[in-house]
Amino acid sequence: MTHSAQSSVESPETPVLRVEHINVSLGGKSILKDVSLSVNKGELKVLIGPSGAGKSTFLQSINCLIHPVSGNIWLEERQVDLAHKKKLFEYRQHVGMIFQDFNLFDHLRAADNVSIALRKVKGLSRKEANDRAVQELERVGLGNKMNLYPAELSGGQKQRVAIARALAMDPKVLLLDEPTSALDPELVGEVLAVIRDLAQSGLTMVMATHQMDFARALADEIVFMQQGQIIEQGAPSVLLAPGSGTRTADFCSRLSDLYEEK
Amino acid sequence: MIVDAQFLDMLIPALNKGLWMSVLLIVPSAIFGSLLGVLVGTLRVFGSKPVRRFFDGYTVLFRGVPLMVQLFVFYFGLPSFGIYFEAYGASVTCFILCSAAYHSEYVRGALLSIREGQLKAGAALGMSRVQTILWIVVPQAFRRALPGCGNEIIYLIKYSSLAYLISCMEVTGEARAIAAKTFRFTEVFMVLALYYLFLVSIASWLLKKFEDRLYIPGFGRQK
Amino acid sequence: MQQQLSVIIEALPYILEGAGVSLAIVCFAMVLGLLMGIPMAVGLVYGHPVVRRLIGLYVWFFRGVPILVLMFLFYFGIFDALGLDLNAISAVSIVLGLTSAAYQSQIFRGAIQSLPQGQLRAARALGMSDMQGITSIILPQALRLSIPGWSNEYSIILKDSALAYVVGAMDIFTRTHFVASRTYEHLALFINAGVLYFIITLVGVKLLLALEKKVRIPGYTM
Repeated sequence: MTHSAQSSVESPETPVLRVEHINVSLGGKSILKDVSLSVNKGELKVLIGPSGAGKSTFLQSINCLIHPVSGNIWLEERQVDLAHKKKLFEYRQHVGMIFQDFNLFDHLRAADNVSIALRKVKGLSRKEANDRAVQELERVGLGNKMNLYPAELSGGQKQRVAIARALAMDPKVLLLDEPTSALDPELVGEVLAVIRDLAQSGLTMVMATHQMDFARALADEIVFMQQGQIIEQGAPSVLLAPGSGTRTADFCSRLSDLYEEK
Repeated sequence: MIVDAQFLDMLIPALNKGLWMSVLLIVPSAIFGSLLGVLVGTLRVFGSKPVRRFFDGYTVLFRGVPLMVQLFVFYFGLPSFGIYFEAYGASVTCFILCSAAYHSEYVRGALLSIREGQLKAGAALGMSRVQTILWIVVPQAFRRALPGCGNEIIYLIKYSSLAYLISCMEVTGEARAIAAKTFRFTEVFMVLALYYLFLVSIASWLLKKFEDRLYIPGFGRQK
Repeated sequence: MQQQLSVIIEALPYILEGAGVSLAIVCFAMVLGLLMGIPMAVGLVYGHPVVRRLIGLYVWFFRGVPILVLMFLFYFGIFDALGLDLNAISAVSIVLGLTSAAYQSQIFRGAIQSLPQGQLRAARALGMSDMQGITSIILPQALRLSIPGWSNEYSIILKDSALAYVVGAMDIFTRTHFVASRTYEHLALFINAGVLYFIITLVGVKLLLALEKKVRIPGYTM
């Protein structure tokens, strides 16, 4: 298993992340049925679909927080050994995750939230980790909040710290599980702005969201899921073209009726 | 019912002798009781099924039976097995085992209160299970368990008085002896009560200081 | 083993009579604690600062002094000084009851304070006096919320009731000790006593749990 550091990824033909035939069962029920997806470098793929479609489960199966019953995952064309604990932990360092509920470590200040994994997992010194943490927090616009505890931050700020925390690990792919769903409407914008900047800077991302305007504007591909399967996938301009008659377009129009988007 | 200086002159030194014994009972029991309680509480959450069951049973047993019964079993009952505890040893052993059961409840509750999301976030960053427990779960659980465990230590201070019933002459025992000699029951026991109030107040004050020191916004009590 | 069992079986009727005494003590103590605890809790939450101070002092005293010391203080000291000639069972019940009042006042206080402020405001807005508001709106809710804490208190009082031994009231523990000092089968007999206390605790807690379910109002997570 030779690993040539950068070269294999430079070619846009080689996907950064490839998952195939993922099946997940929870409590006897089949949640994901034979789901496959591949993501190229710099792409932003957006998962949409009704609640219970399995979007969150799918994202969590990519970094194996939820163990798939079967399926394979390749990161930069090297297969990930999901059964081997140490290799799994190592794999997760390269795949970042943003949760709907932020999941900041409540007992640590913002800067420590960002730096703890750098110290404990990557083994950086306190100073190096802290410097990097400050850097990432400034990148998401929270340089002046680095000594505050999660309880002292607004929802939008918490999510941005969570993004900084994930970015500090230099992930090859960032998974975002409905990052704005738990936020009050007026706080959604600040988080989407950060995500937009990341997309424009070329970070490879897979995001589940209900924010259709965002998806339409920025996604390279929209993936429509329902009942544990991928129903349709394609560029927004194709799937959401007026009069296209796609299931995706149908779902989106119902969504916008509900949320009264413009 | 006048408390004169002469009376106090005789009473206080005798009580202080007993007080020393009380402290000797309380301190090791508090320390080892809480350490054992933390261990048991952790095993009750993270251990394998048989381990969890065993320690759940241990907890139910030591919390469901009166401390007096436990003391008498240790002191009077174990000699049947050829195990001879002297009063001090029986008391401390009993206090440690009983206290640990209560501590484990608080520790267990605190560990279970840590939301799953915290563990997921740790895992998502590549932390191993041990790292997540050590650096994410324990610091939070410790702060959550502190009020309960602190309270349990205060209970221990009070229940240490039961050691007298198996002839360990701590402060209550000394008081009883003096009262029986002088027949000045109310005065003697009032002073004894004040001794305990003093101990309990100091312990409560220390506990509060400790909690305040460890305070993190969003955890438990507001300052 | 044979011998221990036969000793237990022979002594059981005698000891079980003591169970009646233990239960009587516990019931009296809990009721006394309840009757005192509720007004104390109301006083702590809604009362005049001086009232709160006094109640606070009572609570501090009865929660800070060990129950054994309180037993000695009252039975050998205060009751005597007041000229009260109480039998052992009454004395134990009263002391446990006074102590329980202090703890129960905290349970009820916590429950009252956990209710939203708006409850009493709405009662006042409807023209109720504070007393009416407290008795018909606050207390029915607070009492339901207190059942788990009360259940815990029951378990504690039952265990403390073994202190009847120091004043000679013939409860489970005292009788067990009596038989043990005659037969020298301490281990078996005290283990037996432990089992009895355990069973009584379990039954009581289950009953209180059933009560909790029976009076539960939808919307209150406990």
